[in-house]
Amino acid sequence: MTYMAPTRRNFLKVGAALGGGLIVGLRMPGNARAEAAEANAPFAPNAFIRITPDGKITFIMSHTEVGQGIYTSASMLLAEELEVGLDQIEVEPAPPNVALYIDPNLGEQATGGSTSTIAGWGPLRIAGATARTMLVQAAAQKWRVDPATCVAARGVVRRGANGGGLTYGQLATAAAALPVPKDVALKPPSAFTLIGTPQKRLDTPGKVNGSLQFGMDVQIPGMKIGTVAACPVRGGTLRQIDEEAARAVPGVIDVVKLDDAVAVIGDHYWAAITGLRAAAAQWHDGPHGGVSTAGIIDALKQASDSDGFTALKRGDPHAAIAGAAKSLEAVYELPFLSHAPMEPINTTLHVRPDGADLWVGTQVPPRAQAAVAKNTGLKPEQVTVHNQYMGGAFGRRLDVDSIEQAARIAKNLSYPVKLIWSREEDITQDLLRPYYYDRVAAGLDADGKIVGWTHRTTCSWVMARWAPPGMKEGGKLDPDTVEGAMETPYDFPAQLNQTVRSEPDGVITAWWRGVGPTHNIFVVEGFVDELAAEAGIDPVDFRRRLAARNPRALGVLNLAAEKSGWGRKLPKGTGRGVSLQFAFNSYVATVLEVSVSDRGEVALHQAHVAADVGPVVNPDTLRAQLQGGLIFGLSMAMFNEITHANGRVLQSNFHDYRVLRMNEAPDVTVHIVDNPTAPIGGVGEAGTASASAALANAIFAASGRRLRRIPFATGQLAETGRS
Amino acid sequence: MFELNVNGQSHQVDVPADMPVLWVLRDVLGMTGTKFGCGIAQCGACTVHADGDAVRSCLLTVADAVGRQITTIEAIGGTPEGARVQKAWLDLEVVQCGYCQSGQIMSAAALLKRAPKPTDTDIDDAMSGNICRCGTYVRIRQAIHAAAEA
Repeated sequence: MTYMAPTRRNFLKVGAALGGGLIVGLRMPGNARAEAAEANAPFAPNAFIRITPDGKITFIMSHTEVGQGIYTSASMLLAEELEVGLDQIEVEPAPPNVALYIDPNLGEQATGGSTSTIAGWGPLRIAGATARTMLVQAAAQKWRVDPATCVAARGVVRRGANGGGLTYGQLATAAAALPVPKDVALKPPSAFTLIGTPQKRLDTPGKVNGSLQFGMDVQIPGMKIGTVAACPVRGGTLRQIDEEAARAVPGVIDVVKLDDAVAVIGDHYWAAITGLRAAAAQWHDGPHGGVSTAGIIDALKQASDSDGFTALKRGDPHAAIAGAAKSLEAVYELPFLSHAPMEPINTTLHVRPDGADLWVGTQVPPRAQAAVAKNTGLKPEQVTVHNQYMGGAFGRRLDVDSIEQAARIAKNLSYPVKLIWSREEDITQDLLRPYYYDRVAAGLDADGKIVGWTHRTTCSWVMARWAPPGMKEGGKLDPDTVEGAMETPYDFPAQLNQTVRSEPDGVITAWWRGVGPTHNIFVVEGFVDELAAEAGIDPVDFRRRLAARNPRALGVLNLAAEKSGWGRKLPKGTGRGVSLQFAFNSYVATVLEVSVSDRGEVALHQAHVAADVGPVVNPDTLRAQLQGGLIFGLSMAMFNEITHANGRVLQSNFHDYRVLRMNEAPDVTVHIVDNPTAPIGGVGEAGTASASAALANAIFAASGRRLRRIPFATGQLAETGRS
Repeated sequence: MFELNVNGQSHQVDVPADMPVLWVLRDVLGMTGTKFGCGIAQCGACTVHADGDAVRSCLLTVADAVGRQITTIEAIGGTPEGARVQKAWLDLEVVQCGYCQSGQIMSAAALLKRAPKPTDTDIDDAMSGNICRCGTYVRIRQAIHAAAEA
């Protein structure tokens, strides 16, 4: 979902522009003087750091914490250069302010696409170094010494290594009066003391004793609790409810009817949900009441006969395939998906005539603010966003449909209201990852070398809805649809990538963890595996040949192969699958070992994941993200699909939208390639993107069955058993 | 009116008899450490102890909870098993988003009370009712073994 091709040049350019822009632009000279004139003015040389004279150091988090550990990683970048310990700082979420907190890879203040660490790598270190430079300068002026003779460490500036010191708090007011330096020197990696070391996360202590507040846990004086049912068919409307029955439920306070939804508000959720059930809402289905999964797939199939937009053409792949010694073609399909974060959708809102307060966990604070403004008639600046820790997001909280709905409800109420979607509402009303219908073809020469490659995807274009400015080629290309397909780790001498837009009736599509790469790497790596088998070459050897001129790809591939014992004999019915990828500017190879029973049951044994992400900020977080991301992706590949009948989503909760459980999850070991001078990559979605192909290829190795349609564990193998 | 014993304290709550303990804790007593995830005992985020057993509070009615000692994540650190589990969770950095972890920790603490040296099979049996969407299972298993060794 990145707006920009992840090339090294772009990252450097953006990093420099952002860093320079923030540091020059944030602190207008007039403001600086005004602030310095106030006694006890905080020292805030940029949008990320605030130091008050009482010694409190606050880091302002431009990216939101959804469990990926960004509060800690971002703090490490700031603290490394500011010269403070992670035990000396507090963090707070940034308010909506696109000018200050834009993620240049996303084009707005948003958290997604595995871009947060990439975005912060330069600017946050510059922000820390800028502040430290000014604090040192303030101390040197007080002491009338050369700043070069002063040393900053753990929030104290000393005269020489062992001299007397002044704390950052003591220096804050003086530092705030200094001009912000334009150029600051950053530490070389050899001087890092935090970056690259495993650091304890800042947010975890409150998550093991129940004290940390998620959006769901917000409690506001006078707050009531509501729950919502929206029309189960997109575009339908509310026909009638039994309002009397709803209001008769003890504890029910209000019933709010919207065109397309009904909310019941009570003293507690139990009153609200009991009242909602009693309301027995009935609906007009509207134009999409006939939507079915089969119909949507038929439409995609038909659309896939057209060429769509050609995103990449190199050489003459059709001729190469036609003239090849062997050729192969296949269709790969990926279903609609719900996000199903552990924390169901919830929004707490207090709308008043002169303003509103919004407590919500969102990946897009400015969009959340605008959503409330738009639906209440308030101005955005009248809406205060209190961003909350999120119990998972996975792309769900990049959309604000639920916040818009909450605003439409809360503007009818005089009190603060927490609106909670039941899990059933969370799944049936989710905005879905698109269904992908992909056609691939390739030719092999007599030596088993790929001579031509074509890949056409047919799908909904999320970017066209979510961020039209992110479209490419004058609006003719959603780049996400071909991310991970155009730039593979391989050299294909002739290659064609096409994308056909086909919007499904009655379904709104959205970002989902791993975005384009989660889709395309399944197709590319599944099909590469098919070609290896067709050529009669070991899957790892086949990839080694294809990636021969890509040392970083080879590095992770060889490491994963070595650590997994690739090539060592396995019992009958057990097999290993490999997947290799370049995505989010990171190289990842995964080897997964599974077994397939005679009845077609798949057991996931263990996985080895090798990653080269360039510089590593918090290696423990890197490992955690790859472990968890892989398991998240394996849940999807094994079990997940959203299907429709009569315009309605057929899945509703974790019994029919399954998540891997403890007894089903594989062991996952992560191996990190040390590569501190490469461009930095993202990692929050890399594991997820590698899961489906590794699993499909392992199932093939174990059973001889090639699976091209996700999910795998819903009967495909059981239908005919092992071949 | 029901008398509910939570973490050693008695509370009089005026709620419907069929109201799940989950919502009494969260919306009446203001104890939000116990989480709502599914409402149908499929995810385990709402796990509490009733007389020491791990139970799903989204289905345990307040009427059925009367006379039982309810323990929640807010107080589990006061038990030897709970304290060891919480420490292991932090030592091994189990947590990602953290929303399921109250329930995971409650299930793990109940397991260790019952089986001080659990096998992997014991862990599978005790923990498979607790979903983690972030996929922290590898570390949960390691942390339970670490807590057992502590």
